[in-house]
Amino acid sequence: MNRPLVFLIAGWSGFFVMAVELLSGRILAPNFGNSIYVWGGIITIFMLALSIGYLIGGRLSTRKPSLKKLSIILMVAAASTTPVVLMGDTVLDRIFTLIQDPRYGSLISATILFFLPTMISGIISPYAVRLLVTESSQSGHFAGLLYFVSTFGSAAGTILTSFYLVLYFELNHIFWTMIGISLLISAFSFFVGQKHVENN
Amino acid sequence: MAAESILHTERSLYRNITVYENAGERCMRFTKRTTARQTCISLKDPDYLVFKYTKMMLGALYLQPKPDKILIIGLGGGTLPSTLSIILPKAKIDTVEIDPAVVRVAQKYFNFRITPTVNVSEEDGRVFVKRAIKKGIKYDLIMLDAFDHDYIPEHLLTQEFLGEVKQVMTPGGVLAGNTWSSSRLYDHESATYESVFGRFFNLRFGSRVILVKNDGLPSRSVITKNAKTLEARLKTFGVRADYLLPLFSTGRDWRIDARILTDQYSPSNLLNAH
Repeated sequence: MNRPLVFLIAGWSGFFVMAVELLSGRILAPNFGNSIYVWGGIITIFMLALSIGYLIGGRLSTRKPSLKKLSIILMVAAASTTPVVLMGDTVLDRIFTLIQDPRYGSLISATILFFLPTMISGIISPYAVRLLVTESSQSGHFAGLLYFVSTFGSAAGTILTSFYLVLYFELNHIFWTMIGISLLISAFSFFVGQKHVENN
Repeated sequence: MAAESILHTERSLYRNITVYENAGERCMRFTKRTTARQTCISLKDPDYLVFKYTKMMLGALYLQPKPDKILIIGLGGGTLPSTLSIILPKAKIDTVEIDPAVVRVAQKYFNFRITPTVNVSEEDGRVFVKRAIKKGIKYDLIMLDAFDHDYIPEHLLTQEFLGEVKQVMTPGGVLAGNTWSSSRLYDHESATYESVFGRFFNLRFGSRVILVKNDGLPSRSVITKNAKTLEARLKTFGVRADYLLPLFSTGRDWRIDARILTDQYSPSNLLNAH
């Protein structure tokens, strides 16, 4: 198993989730403002989506886990982020018209736009742990390493996005670039995984 | 420096609010620094406008002396609505303030009153404007005065937001924007206003106030005439034509190629810090 690639996927996914979460506040602000409950709604949805993703990831990891499948999960997470860029404004305008209370407006918007990609990203961590662990005595060691890498990625995604990326780039450019990086990483690791299968 | 006495401190949903008195003035601030004062009133003469920017904001009346409907985004101590309701007793004034604690503090410490003509909506300014567009409500005078502890919130400084504000202005409506940016943000902010409204009066004296009229800027003679008509009513507040009129400049003192702030690109706080 190609461990560095598994760590790369988990670290990048951590980066991706937090960058998207930060930018989601920017995306909702024009319609729902910057009130404390807008952030409350966003954080709620991201936490909820991640928790369900972990659950699914744990289950999926019991069914013939492979680097190829992990690559596909990363690819799907990236693909499910594209509606944010392509139809985010349309969705937000509709919800703004339908729901008067900005608390529920922002909560529903965050659910529609960000629940799916965040949930799929949540699948990655437990799935990656399964790929890393070959002996049960090592499971804690690898789980710890993986938490470190993925949360470190999240920290990097948070600071880079809020300190620097928004200073130079438009939101959509940041989104497209991150989606592109996800696709590159997943394509690369997919082929590495494919080779691994062929060599065995 | 005379010792300041703290009257009230409060940790609200959005900030720490401090009300204090110093050198005959009562002020509100959101940070520990005494320099970043949100609002101040003179204890001896509560009508007198302590801040230069408030006087410059009232310069909007030189462009539109008789607004019937007024919108003020950002309440602070309520100085602007309180003053305007005295100058224009018949005007209907809507104010918008995101922080309920600020509304309470304005009433308790800064003589702000909710009346049949002055009301407050406790919500985000941008959400209020978007709802107003849907309802087809229009204002003759709009004042943008929303600040957090840093600066103007980023989503209230974009081309899209100013475009929304324009939609709730009557054809002859006037907009007064309070900004005090320095360094790089000044250029971006000016370019953004110009992209939406075209030329504007740029009043700079310590801080900066942008004055815009929806159907084009009036001539200097019209402004001077309006200033004369208003002089008696504005004098009590320390607003005088000989003080304000020389500040009405239409010159461009910013880099015109500065990048426009949009909902996609609005790092205003970062630009202001640079």
